[in-house]
Amino acid sequence: MDLAYTPEEEEFRARLREWLREALPTLPPKPSPDDWPGRRAYDLGWQRMLHDAGYGDVHWGASPTVRLIFLEETEKAGAPYVGAGFVGLLHAGPTVAAEGTAEQRARWLPPILRGDEVWCQGFSEPDAGSDLAALRTRARRDGDDYVVTGSKIWTSHAEVADWCELLVRTDPEAPKHRGISWLAMPMDAPGITVRPLKTLAGSAEFAEMFLDEVRVPVANRVGAENDGWRVTMVTLSFERGTAFVGEVVACRRVLRELAVEARKNGRWDDPALRRRLGRLNAEFRALWRLTQWNVSEAELTGGVPGVGGSVFKLRYSHARQELYDAAADVLGPESLDLDRPWVLDRLSSLSYTIAAGTSQIQRNIVAERILGLPKGR
Amino acid sequence: MRFQLTEDQLALRAGVRELLARRFGPQELRAAVDEPGRLDRALWRELGAAGFFALRLPEAHGGVGLGLPEAVLAFEEAGRTLLPGPLVATHLAAGTVPGAATGEAVVAAAGNGLVEWLEQADVVRGDAAGAVPLRSVDPLTPLHRVPAAGTVDPVAVLLTAAEQLGGATRACELAVQHARTREQFGQPIGAFQAIKHLCAEMLVRTETARAAVYAAAVTADPADIHTARLLADEAAVRGARDCLQVHGGMGFTWEFELHLHLKRAWVRTHRAGDATESEETLAAELLAQPI
Repeated sequence: MDLAYTPEEEEFRARLREWLREALPTLPPKPSPDDWPGRRAYDLGWQRMLHDAGYGDVHWGASPTVRLIFLEETEKAGAPYVGAGFVGLLHAGPTVAAEGTAEQRARWLPPILRGDEVWCQGFSEPDAGSDLAALRTRARRDGDDYVVTGSKIWTSHAEVADWCELLVRTDPEAPKHRGISWLAMPMDAPGITVRPLKTLAGSAEFAEMFLDEVRVPVANRVGAENDGWRVTMVTLSFERGTAFVGEVVACRRVLRELAVEARKNGRWDDPALRRRLGRLNAEFRALWRLTQWNVSEAELTGGVPGVGGSVFKLRYSHARQELYDAAADVLGPESLDLDRPWVLDRLSSLSYTIAAGTSQIQRNIVAERILGLPKGR
Repeated sequence: MRFQLTEDQLALRAGVRELLARRFGPQELRAAVDEPGRLDRALWRELGAAGFFALRLPEAHGGVGLGLPEAVLAFEEAGRTLLPGPLVATHLAAGTVPGAATGEAVVAAAGNGLVEWLEQADVVRGDAAGAVPLRSVDPLTPLHRVPAAGTVDPVAVLLTAAEQLGGATRACELAVQHARTREQFGQPIGAFQAIKHLCAEMLVRTETARAAVYAAAVTADPADIHTARLLADEAAVRGARDCLQVHGGMGFTWEFELHLHLKRAWVRTHRAGDATESEETLAAELLAQPI
């Protein structure tokens, strides 16, 4: 049991730090959250810089520890996060890498790594929600194509995406988990309508998507027909694995900024608030250790994160909301001003106990798959 | 980075677990409750012979020569089985107080206004003058109040957190075992989300605390130790309460061991002083380091 990095890992860290010091000042100014084309260009530009410097494939080409170091150092240096590249780099990419054919890997992976193409996620549906497998979007086979009809919701980056990782029902007669397939749908195909959805934070972070007889080549199916649920579980285990490393580092930085702000505005003199910040410090320190624990475990088991990610996500989602509630108490009435730092973060943190599987679903996963409790009727 | 138990550490944990299962099982636990205030000296010496107290003492001084991570694993097991006695104080006295390392001597410590096991102790460290007995809530931990508030060794705080982690682990196991087998409304109660979610939260608190306690054992850093303490206290106290809830009326009985876990968890939350100190220290640490 240790927390020591190997000389090679330390060397990777040192080289990355050095590169970040030189690369970050050359970045263009950050676009506004509502400027989707601007955000796309900015995020892809950053990915291209990473790719050209040899860091493009770190999200699925490197060992879990190297990935941890990468996310830790980029966040500490204030580098952009994956942004519009999220689905490609952290969902679709790893899925294609693990489950795709040689042709599929050659077609889709290089553009993701080079920062040429953006992916979005077409999993959720209005009538399915947490019961993801209840999805109804139909794909009917017609020659070499699937003809897809239905609708998707909460599709992040849909407006600027080139590809969509799409879950469709290919066998309506089969039990609901068994009739699903995973398709890569080109977003310029005729029959796709994207309508932005405004979140409670006031920005259009995601969209609804309507699919009317959209033709997707059968060759774009990853995994066997009707085996999409298993393929999806691979994707989701990536999402719940190390996806939050950078965010934990960011939360720890926010906490220090909050302490500085509280001392500046006098709130630090309130012992109740100090104790609360102290407890949050313990919380995020522990979450960082849990991350290191999970990464070490993934290192031993060959890289694919397991259900332990659900343990982390449950605790982290809640802690993040508490952090920004504490921020509101540090700010006082200024916490009502959208132009103040942390106010928008407070609003977006509300999604954390809902997105990527609600906390209730995560508790079921922990109870059934780790603790072995029986499934309910 | 290999932040996982090594083969040797797994073997050590299995060895301690086996020893405690053999020497301090349900019968011995029951006997200890029936005779409050009595310490099993034979068991104490056996723990000494097994190296429990001399675990971190260098081999040159007759110890086992292991480190904090190993001690944490041993104390986690002790917490899991509700092993009574001033374990932490005696462990810390090994190499200083004659007989502590071998379990010949029972050592108590006057920490934060309280002394555990004062009357059974051969040696008391710290200022226990003016000690007044109180009717301890925990039948397995006799307590005295002392006027003088001493300082608490950070290692004692960490080992206490390890005991709390063991207690939290055990409470989670008990709850899950019960939820799998106890049937109500025609199915195991573990199939109901209300029960399922209680159990899941117990595991989440325990595993988060585990990461914090093990990391503090590796670094011995004061902020890590305060973190471990806060997280482990939470996991142990809330875990025992949730376990009680899962057991329903049975959880509220004297016969069932659960109340002993809750009461011991309460005792341990006071061993390292008020939680406020840990929170204030961790708050101050936020300003001490650069962003």
